[in-house]
Amino acid sequence: MADTVLFEFLHTEMVAELWAPDPDRGPRAQKIGLSILESMGFRVGQALGERLPQETLGFREELDVLKFLCKDLWVAVFHKQMDSLHTDHQGTYVLQDNSFPLLVPIASGLQYMEEAPKFLAFTCGLLCGALSTLGFQSLVTASVTALPACKFQVVIQKPRGPVPSLKEAL
Amino acid sequence: MAVCIAVIAKENYPLYIRSTPMENELKFHYMVHTSLDVVDEKISAMGKALVDQRELYLGLLYPTEDYKVYGFVTNSKVKLVMVVDSSNTALRDNEIRSMFRKLHNSYTDVMCNPFYNPGDRIQSRAFDNMVTSMMIQVC
Repeated sequence: MADTVLFEFLHTEMVAELWAPDPDRGPRAQKIGLSILESMGFRVGQALGERLPQETLGFREELDVLKFLCKDLWVAVFHKQMDSLHTDHQGTYVLQDNSFPLLVPIASGLQYMEEAPKFLAFTCGLLCGALSTLGFQSLVTASVTALPACKFQVVIQKPRGPVPSLKEAL
Repeated sequence: MAVCIAVIAKENYPLYIRSTPMENELKFHYMVHTSLDVVDEKISAMGKALVDQRELYLGLLYPTEDYKVYGFVTNSKVKLVMVVDSSNTALRDNEIRSMFRKLHNSYTDVMCNPFYNPGDRIQSRAFDNMVTSMMIQVC
C-alpha cells in the first residue's frame, strides 16, 4: 500500500532538513539535528508502546518485551520482522535487521556508508521510547557494517536502587 | 455507573481523577489512594505465580460498606481505578470490563496525541466527555 512509501519520504525529508548545515550554528548543528531526530522517534515510540500492546496481556519479563519490539513493533512500522535477536542475558540485546527498509534506497554499493547513521537516529529513538513506556530505561545505539543490514544495540539500564519506604526513612 | 474514576501513572501520582460532586471528594481520593496498595499487591502476586500470561483486568480490589473498587493495569503500568456504588447491584463483571476497555482506549488516544506530554495531567475534552458518560448523572 502507499503507507510505507509515505513514511519513507517523510523520514527522508526530516533527515535532510535536520542535517542541512546551518552557517550560523556551525558543526554543532548537525549533532543537535541528530538529537532532535532521536527525540522525535522517542515520542512516537512512547505512543506506539501504548497503542500496540493494547490487546495483548501483560509482559512477564524483559525478553518478552524485546520480542514484542522485534515482532509487533517492527511489523507495524516497517512491515517486516526483525531478523535476529541476540542477548547476553545481562541486559544487553543486539537486534539485527538484514534489510532495513530506511536504508534500502541507498544500499547499492558502498558510496553512502557514511550517510547511513543519520538515517538510523529516528529508529533508535523509536526503540528507546517504546521501551520507556513499557517500563525500561534504555540506551539504544545503531551500527552499520554492510548496507542495508544494520544492528541496534539496546542496553537496559538497571534502576538505581529500591525506593526507600517510609518505614526505613524514619 | 461509576462514582469516581482515576488514572494513576506508573510513579503513582494521579494523571486524572474525577468524582461525582455530590459528596466530599476527599473521601474518594483517599479510597483511590488506599486501593493502590491492593493493586501493587496483585501485580506482584501475578508476577510470581507461574501463570502463562498476566491479565490486565484486576477485578474487585476491595469492597467497603457503600462502595466497591475495581482496578485495571495497562502494559505501561498505568493504573485505572473505578469506584462504583454498592447499591447498584445491576452492574456485572463484563460491564465493568467493557467500561475499563473504553477507558483504556481513550487513554491510548490521549497518549497518541502529539500535543500531550506523557506525565502531564490529562486535560483532553474527549477524555472528559467519555468519563462523563460513565459517571452517575446527578441533577
